Amino acid sequence: MKIGIVVFPGTNRERDMAQAFQVASGKAPQMLWHQQDNVDGFDLIVLPGGFSFGDYLRSGAMAAHSPIMRAVRQFAEKGGYVLGVCNGFQLLTEAQMLPGALLRNAGMRFLSQDCHLKVEGRDSIFTAGWERGAVFRAPLAHGDGNYTAAPEVLDQLEGEGRVAFRYCDAAGQVKHHDAHVNMNGSARSIAGVLSENRRVCGLMPHPENLTEDILGGTDGLPLFNGILEGLG
Amino acid sequence: MVTAVVNLELARSFGLKDDEYEKVLTIMGRTPSLTELGIFSVMWSEHCSYKSSRLHLKTLPTKAPWVIHGPGENAGVIDIGDGLAAVFKMESHNHPSFIEPYQGAATGVGGILRDVFTMGARPIANLNALRFGDPSHKDTKRVVDGVVRGIGGYGNCMGVPTVGGEVNFHHSYNCNPLVNAMTVGLARQDRIFLSAAAGVGNPVVYVGSKTGRDGIHGATMSSAEFDSESSSKRPTVQVGDPFTEKLLLEACLELMATDAVISIQDMGAAGLTSSAVEMASKGGVGIDLDLDHVPQRETHMQAYEMMLSESQERMLMVLRPDRTEVARKIFEKWELDFAIVGTLTDSGRITVRHKGTVEADIPLGPLADEAPIYDRPTVPYERQPALTPPAAPCGVEAALSRLLSSGNGASRAWIWNQYDSGVGGQTVKRPGGADAAIVRVEGTNRGLAMTTDCTPRYGQADPYIGGAQAVVEVWRNITATGARPLAMTDNLNFASPENPYIMAQFVEAVKGIGDAGRALDFPVVSGNVSLYNETRGDDGSVTAIQPAPVIGGVGVLEDVHKAVGLAFPDAGEILLIGETIGTLGQSLWLKEILNREEGAPPAINFEAERRNGDFVRGLIQDELVTACHDVSDGGLLLAVAEMAMAGGIGCSLADAPADMPAHAYWFGEDQARYVVVTQQADSVIKAAQGKGVPVQRLGHVGGDTLKIGTEGALTVGKMQALHASFFPRFMGQEDAPLVHLDEQLS
Repeated sequence: MKIGIVVFPGTNRERDMAQAFQVASGKAPQMLWHQQDNVDGFDLIVLPGGFSFGDYLRSGAMAAHSPIMRAVRQFAEKGGYVLGVCNGFQLLTEAQMLPGALLRNAGMRFLSQDCHLKVEGRDSIFTAGWERGAVFRAPLAHGDGNYTAAPEVLDQLEGEGRVAFRYCDAAGQVKHHDAHVNMNGSARSIAGVLSENRRVCGLMPHPENLTEDILGGTDGLPLFNGILEGLG
Repeated sequence: MVTAVVNLELARSFGLKDDEYEKVLTIMGRTPSLTELGIFSVMWSEHCSYKSSRLHLKTLPTKAPWVIHGPGENAGVIDIGDGLAAVFKMESHNHPSFIEPYQGAATGVGGILRDVFTMGARPIANLNALRFGDPSHKDTKRVVDGVVRGIGGYGNCMGVPTVGGEVNFHHSYNCNPLVNAMTVGLARQDRIFLSAAAGVGNPVVYVGSKTGRDGIHGATMSSAEFDSESSSKRPTVQVGDPFTEKLLLEACLELMATDAVISIQDMGAAGLTSSAVEMASKGGVGIDLDLDHVPQRETHMQAYEMMLSESQERMLMVLRPDRTEVARKIFEKWELDFAIVGTLTDSGRITVRHKGTVEADIPLGPLADEAPIYDRPTVPYERQPALTPPAAPCGVEAALSRLLSSGNGASRAWIWNQYDSGVGGQTVKRPGGADAAIVRVEGTNRGLAMTTDCTPRYGQADPYIGGAQAVVEVWRNITATGARPLAMTDNLNFASPENPYIMAQFVEAVKGIGDAGRALDFPVVSGNVSLYNETRGDDGSVTAIQPAPVIGGVGVLEDVHKAVGLAFPDAGEILLIGETIGTLGQSLWLKEILNREEGAPPAINFEAERRNGDFVRGLIQDELVTACHDVSDGGLLLAVAEMAMAGGIGCSLADAPADMPAHAYWFGEDQARYVVVTQQADSVIKAAQGKGVPVQRLGHVGGDTLKIGTEGALTVGKMQALHASFFPRFMGQEDAPLVHLDEQLS
């Protein structure tokens, strides 16, 4: 199985992501430089967190036009698996590989704290590591995580079971209007979404930072176990 | 266009004293050019030359078998085992942070990051020590907001976790906040890079951002006091670009993995001037610069401007001539400027050319080594006498409520939650999780413990104790995680050294730091001095800051799994290690409950610190202790309350002993004390008695309430709400949990 992690200028969570896959599989993924224009032969492409190109235009906007993203789009169109976390999620929406957009956090401040997520997505390797409805903890670290999309798009995502993860409290209660639960103010508390074919997933929180007890817990590990099992 | 005539008046406006200008004339044997005068003035500024502090800094202990490089390099380097080194330093960015808080703080973080990665280390953690004015002062909210956003904006983008720090409020910082940033990096011991240039004929290479007109004379500004005109100095504050710095970091580390780099120095304060002068004079060579090749952001820049610009995210390197193309390719890959701007010579001079004209030609020896050095006069410092114990105006429970919701006792989570503390994937103890932050050393079983501390109230009352106490508290905080303290960095923030009373403060504080370091085998490996932290009002009166000799420390855990935090576990007996006599002088209780800053601070006993600390560390290493917290600001009860809030679990405490007033017992700030939780209290007590370590049973963990003997009780939920209430309310965050003051004291 071949996993590639894309590194843009300004990417900064590629090592965290590699470490999480290493913990789950015992094997280190390969780093891919953004100017590469071919991702053939990979089973999964990961777009990790960070500030690609400084996020100076809009988060992920510059990276969406880099050579490797043309290759990643073609890879996804042919049914390839793509995971985008944080800046990677922003990038997937900028590249229009996932619907919606990520605006400034509702409180207008960078947020770095643990949140809880409810697993809602169906039929996807990105949610397969949990029981449906399971609740897990994950760290957040972003300034632009406020998910938004047109109401009919949101309805469609919900109708098709493509809301992968939703912000909730520790007991699993979703509270759209509670800033301690839906911290960044996302529409319908959406933290992660799936593409139509369920092979592209984007989410804001960082399960890769909770994959070992010594680092605070293993709540994030099911994401990686589910992916690895799904890819066979 | 600067076309000033060079004379004494101009020299004064550049911050040179009359006799210093005389010295320049003697060295040059002629009237210097504008560029030359600029170079002398920044190199001889307090900021670059340490002219008031150098004599005293020399007395600090800097050696230990595990010290690889002490003061004098860009950062200190210590052996942490496995062939690895920790590289760290703390630096201030005080003056810019009042004028332009966001950029002041951001570029402070950027500067200290460069100091660390210029040595070949990957930065693995940031910390910061912040001191703000009184919350009620008109500028404080603006400064807090900008500084916190600036630190977060820079560190978060760099992907370096911000894992710890400290915050105080005091009116003496109203117009002169302190922003001290510390970075810890990780390097292989056999791949440390230094700044001394070598090899006559070797190319001098400029990399990073282009040079603009920002920050000209920044080093001079930070060597002068503040007045009401200071906000007009906003153009001297540099602008940070963390994205470019991230690229610079990756490019430098990639280049350093080759054999191309002979020496490297970041361009920080005084920019190209100080980096070129330091590299050449440390290496005993000359340097020829041709400014035509310097990448420029603006047009028509003069030599003077380029030499003094403090544009950020730039480095100067000496490369092996046969490796310049390898290096150029790496910097092109990262889309950074790369330019050969000079050559090393055997002239012993710095020669600066621009458009075919020699703009400066200065002998390096006198410029660097004959910089002025002052043994400034002091007057005997009037120490505060011991406090006559005051009566308590309110009960223990009410006082605890007040401390929890005060600016200096409140939870700092509102601040931490804007800093990415987990990026890098090695953070073991995040802010608030333990007395020191713990970061795993990637690829090993080791951990580094790191923290910053200072209690300016103590230093104001007795500067010797202020210096010593900062050191012992850092040492204790590292110890309380189970780590072995290795070395420290100091950031000495004081007012004007030209005032003999302030100079006495400085000298005493340095003595305290030195004595504490020697007593604890805890050497100083790097540091920074920030003087002239005072404000001149429109009426001519001067407000000096409370002195802040801030200490940052690093320790090591051979097995990071043994680290303990401060949160109460589900059960256990609570013990107090160390002796309680109930010193309320300069305590947080006295300040927050009686609004008094009086009396002598708690005494420091190095022998007790060492004995008690070594004992506690042993308990943690033997896995006899499941939580540990040192007793500092707010005393015993605030320490226990913090452990309860962190664990979300209560406890029952025995009453104060009959021979001590309850408020002195619970809120006194006697040093050398730790609260520990254990399942094996009897054997811990026996071991303590065997080693002559004072130990006492405090109570048991359990329930949802902090029960303070017969003095009252507070639920953990109520304490958490009080503790979290200050910052959101102060900063005007609408979704803050609302807790009213009258409710706190009911």
